[in-house]
Amino acid sequence: MTPGLDARIVVRRPAFTLDVALSAAPGEVLAVLGPNGSGKSTLLSVLAGLLHPDGGHVRMGDEMITDVGSGVHVAPHRRGVGLLAQQALLFPHLTALGNVAFGPRAQGVSRAEADARARELLAAVGTAELADRKPSQMSGGQQQRVALARALAPGPDLLLLDEPLAALDVDSAPAMRSLLRRVVRDRKQTALLVTHSALDALVLADRVMVLTDGSLVEQGPTRDVLARPRSPFTARIAGLDLVPGVVGPNGLRTADGLLVSGHAEGVDEGDPAVAVFPPSAVAVYAERPSGSPRNVLPVRLAAIEPVGNTVRLRAGAVPGGPQWVDGLAADVTPAAVADLAVEPGADLWFVVKATEVGIHPASS
Amino acid sequence: MTSAGPLAPAREEERAAAVALPGWLWLPATLAFALIALPVVGLLLKADWPRIPALLLSSASVDALLLSLETAAVATALCIALGGPLAVVLARGRLRGLRFLRSVVLLPLVLPPVVGGLALLYLLGRTGLVGKGIDLAFGITIPFTTASVIIAQTFVALPFLVVSLEGAIRTAGERYEAIAATLGATPALAFRRVTVPLILPGLLSGAILAFARAMGEFGATITFAGSLQGVTQTLPLLVYQQREEDVDAAVTTSLLLVVVSIVVIAVARPRTVQGVA
Repeated sequence: MTPGLDARIVVRRPAFTLDVALSAAPGEVLAVLGPNGSGKSTLLSVLAGLLHPDGGHVRMGDEMITDVGSGVHVAPHRRGVGLLAQQALLFPHLTALGNVAFGPRAQGVSRAEADARARELLAAVGTAELADRKPSQMSGGQQQRVALARALAPGPDLLLLDEPLAALDVDSAPAMRSLLRRVVRDRKQTALLVTHSALDALVLADRVMVLTDGSLVEQGPTRDVLARPRSPFTARIAGLDLVPGVVGPNGLRTADGLLVSGHAEGVDEGDPAVAVFPPSAVAVYAERPSGSPRNVLPVRLAAIEPVGNTVRLRAGAVPGGPQWVDGLAADVTPAAVADLAVEPGADLWFVVKATEVGIHPASS
Repeated sequence: MTSAGPLAPAREEERAAAVALPGWLWLPATLAFALIALPVVGLLLKADWPRIPALLLSSASVDALLLSLETAAVATALCIALGGPLAVVLARGRLRGLRFLRSVVLLPLVLPPVVGGLALLYLLGRTGLVGKGIDLAFGITIPFTTASVIIAQTFVALPFLVVSLEGAIRTAGERYEAIAATLGATPALAFRRVTVPLILPGLLSGAILAFARAMGEFGATITFAGSLQGVTQTLPLLVYQQREEDVDAAVTTSLLLVVVSIVVIAVARPRTVQGVA
């Protein structure tokens, strides 16, 4: 397990001030969400030691690696902070093996030992057979896997993940996402994930903090923040319906034994997981509808909120029904609300097609 | 053609997909090409082929060829040793007045070489600013020696290497070095194992350009180094001298320079001359 992170970072720019405190427990993955220009990249640069902050400190475990007050600034190459960026940025003149062995070699490890460690890591990210290829001979997804192995090779105390999936195509992103989850979690690697994607945060992070204009606007356990967003930015990117449980046959089994049908990727039966679907995928009925491949959930309407051009119906639990429906949202058209002629307190049915429900691994 | 569907375009169609050129362009383009190629053809026609082997093997010719290759090689090495670090500083340095420095570096490109030679003479000559000191301290006189040929060539060739290499360094950016640092590489190690390999193609094309420029150098050399067979008389200087005494010999020596130039183009072609950096 790698040490924990404790930092307060102040960076002043003419048009913008970043002032944020953050911490991660040993082995914890902290996600930083925020719109463009909110200071996420600046934050990463300071943690990596590539930028001197105007104030604050960064401590890894017991070691102070930046402290503006006492003038401490450990150089980037001595900090033990690894980086996986949006672009793989593999050294183009080195093979995959040479890229991964670069870090251990820089630390003075012998060639044979560095190569052995590199082969081990290439195998761990599923690219053992690419060891002798140059980056130009690999796909984007393969390059990113090798870049992950390279970032892990020196055994960093802190791993910075800067939108690591943003540049991947839709086919390779899910595999990379579950690989990241497996590798980062198995190693109990303290990590900071910068992302735009609620799904990435949900799958990879234990906790989330939301930055806007350089300040922290919201933070907490990932599932809570994403399910009940309090800031407009979080609501826009998240606002997903989440149902916790464990992976069951063809879906997710909730704590009270109900099955939510959905498609699972990279999860095994019995693993803690969360079923995710967008509120726009929820249809609302006044009477229980019939039909097979669908999840039909009894709810009692808790609130009606306008969201842009649609109306969000917020669910509460029906006495005697499943409690986890509390807080689920359904986005419907104003016309549909008029047709339903409902008010808060009414009993309704939320219906979600199984194809709209993704089952993703999650921390229990 | 019946089996070829819309998704299998014929080869001609693929070629035609490029934007068509306006017809009038062909005339000036042809003239320009002729201006470059025809003089060489003129040389070939003028050459006294039966005498060529004897002319080429004359002592003046052999001396000049060896001296040219030798001085141009040393000048190129000097360009790399001095111009390489200068290019790094210009591309990466955070110095005030760097833009001004960069325009000074371009001076030998635009300055008539004769003027450059004169300037070198007044700097390094016996009575020059620096030359006087060197003469007094070590008893060494620089002008009209092989060393002065090398200095003149380095002077005119340096900007070619610096400009080409600086471009390569800028294109490579600093992202790879930042990654290397997060992997634990010291700045020195990152420079050696990441920066240098990345900019090697740019260095190579810059070195080839510098070598070609050094081989062809005339004006600065004749002013600063004179034209002494075996000591300072390089191929271009020999051509100039022969032109007045023996035109056939001048043509033959010129053809030799053409051959050397073609070899340089052949070596440099993929990267430098075709503009694929």
